[in-house]
Amino acid sequence: MRRIISVLMENEAGALSRVVGLFAQRNYNIETLTVAPTEDETLSRLTLTTSASDAEVEQITKQLNKLIEVVKLVDLTDGDHIERELMLIKVKATGAQRAEVKRTSDIFRGQIVDVTHNSYTIQLAGTSDKLNAFLRAMSESVVLEVVRSGVSGVSRGEKILAV
Amino acid sequence: MLSGGDILIRCLQEEGVDYVFGYPGGAVLHIYDALFRQNRIRHILVRHEQAATHMADGYARSTGRPGVVLVTSGPGATNAITGIATAYMDSIPMVVISGQVQSHLIGTDSFQETDMIGICRPIVKHSFAVRSAADLALAVKKAFYIATSGRPGPVVIDIPKDITNPTDLVEYEYPQQISLRSYNPAAKGHTGQIKKAVTLLMEAERPMIYAGGGVIQGNGASELTSLTRLLGYPIVNTLMGLGAYPGTDKQFLGMLGMHGTYEANMAMHHCDVLIAVGARFDDRVTNTVAKFCPYAKIIHIDIDPASISKNVMVDVPIVGPVESVLTEMLEVSQAKIGKRTKTQASRLAEWWAQIEGWRKQDSLRVTPSADGITIKPQEAVQAVFRASKGAAYVTTDVGQHQMFAALYYPFDEPRKWINSGGLGTMGFGLPAAMGVQMAFPDALVCCITGEGSIQMNIQELSTCAQYGLPIKIININNRSLGMVKQWQDMQYEGRHSDSYMESLPDFVKLAEAYGHVGIKVERLADLDAALEQAFALQDRLVFVDVIVDRDEHVYPMHVAPNGSMRDMWLKKGVRT
Repeated sequence: MRRIISVLMENEAGALSRVVGLFAQRNYNIETLTVAPTEDETLSRLTLTTSASDAEVEQITKQLNKLIEVVKLVDLTDGDHIERELMLIKVKATGAQRAEVKRTSDIFRGQIVDVTHNSYTIQLAGTSDKLNAFLRAMSESVVLEVVRSGVSGVSRGEKILAV
Repeated sequence: MLSGGDILIRCLQEEGVDYVFGYPGGAVLHIYDALFRQNRIRHILVRHEQAATHMADGYARSTGRPGVVLVTSGPGATNAITGIATAYMDSIPMVVISGQVQSHLIGTDSFQETDMIGICRPIVKHSFAVRSAADLALAVKKAFYIATSGRPGPVVIDIPKDITNPTDLVEYEYPQQISLRSYNPAAKGHTGQIKKAVTLLMEAERPMIYAGGGVIQGNGASELTSLTRLLGYPIVNTLMGLGAYPGTDKQFLGMLGMHGTYEANMAMHHCDVLIAVGARFDDRVTNTVAKFCPYAKIIHIDIDPASISKNVMVDVPIVGPVESVLTEMLEVSQAKIGKRTKTQASRLAEWWAQIEGWRKQDSLRVTPSADGITIKPQEAVQAVFRASKGAAYVTTDVGQHQMFAALYYPFDEPRKWINSGGLGTMGFGLPAAMGVQMAFPDALVCCITGEGSIQMNIQELSTCAQYGLPIKIININNRSLGMVKQWQDMQYEGRHSDSYMESLPDFVKLAEAYGHVGIKVERLADLDAALEQAFALQDRLVFVDVIVDRDEHVYPMHVAPNGSMRDMWLKKGVRT
């Protein structure tokens, strides 16, 4: 099952490599990974997605917690949550294709953020599923480049991940 | 105001460090100069950095205090890796200080540069890359705290040379208290879980206690012994746990696992309540996990939450230090023990009767050689036990001799049995014995080894000469890599691919070349006298080269793959 694990860790050199190394060392997979400092400059927040059984995810969270620099973590998929991923997609847009690409982008509430005579660059935010659906919808077009940010997420309601 | 080099040494003094095991080099010259200008910490100069880590490891295992290692950058650091991994796998407290090239050279592939923090990452509990002399004291304080608390382990402090520069002085104050918001090991077990565990234990009809190295590392051996005796239940120890319960006691069924005794493995397989204490359900214990203890409800006490339900799902987990959890369990049990019913008492008696039946198998019986002259390796270990009256510190290397020592030298006390269990590091035994002898100068320290393993760190005979370490080396010499050969006999139709040791040195002459005493024993009749002679030379290192039967196998041995705990080879060609 797909999991979204969000980790608060000390904003120190080497902390990220310990997390990534742990996954390689123990043969866990990482599908997406995103990390950035938080409003508290001593902490950074790392979010990763992995696919794992219940037993595996229990081990993953325990092993992550064991890392000295990990302060707190949450498996967002345990409860209601919001997930978002950002995608930038550059497609060939010439002739009749231009209108068609724009229409599809509008349907998915994408924004065209860069335009040339031959191409559009579309920005799209949403769940990973939505981004995948958009890519499928664009399969008739010539996709030149796809950049995805990896998943970020937050619990719904009052539940927070903080020190 | 102090330099980084002086700060480091002052910090080590503050931590009560008496020995540092190491080897100098360019990146740590400032630190070595600071060492030279003081006399509270003694530095032990090894001949290879791997040995420094194993010495610190042996020191730590025998004393419970952290071992300290100092190596230079590049090859100094990489040579230390095997010893760090060894300590990591067995949860041994160790602080390793590695020099690093000057800060401005990092990342430029400069002379003797290696990314120590990167290389050691998967085999340390934590590591620190020090960025300024002002950060050094806090890093050292944290390193010792992390290495020795919770589940212990090795911590690396990587220090660029410029940080220890004698002309750059900074304010020094050693932090007395330390707390880390991201690291808070459990201080005690959950009382509700402890009560639940005791209830389960009291209701058991076929109980088993399975205790590992965590009991020794967590100083819980006397609590474990009290609880086991109060309950009157059978107990087994893992390879790492030998000595956690008196090895000569009648409630002790021996070591369990791949080379465990028949009664230990049979009782494990048939028990209905299992309590695992400071043990981690290693694959060398469980055999096929899916077939492990099929009838048992399992209680697991461990300081590390990640050990719980990692390999085997448990019913009652208790996260906490073994010493405090066992103390609490003992109190709860004392209140309940009188309330055991007659039915329960008779079921326990039946269980013991069944176990005594398994014991009659006498799975460790040694068949003397037909010629009456050739020494069996088991007989060599038994002779060491006799000559040392069971009171020696025993270190081993890895292989058949290690298993024979584990099975034929019972330990009545913790911290007397010192071996590389998790990583299985050949070359561990001699330097580990040196660390023990440093910590206990007057004790009898035996290194039971093999002619393969001893050659992996044989150069340390020179260090032993320098520091006058009177270790007794018992070399179980079967002229082959015995455990490899055994597997090749059993699984590869006797094709001994590279398991023979030809061109062995004359170990007696070799010992003498280093200034030690060498004794060669080839006949069973000479064995006891040779060991007595060796042990009588209290201030000399004696290398006893014992020539043994080269075809002996270690039994019992789990049948693998797909076997359960009760599936064992009992001798050549005979299985359960």
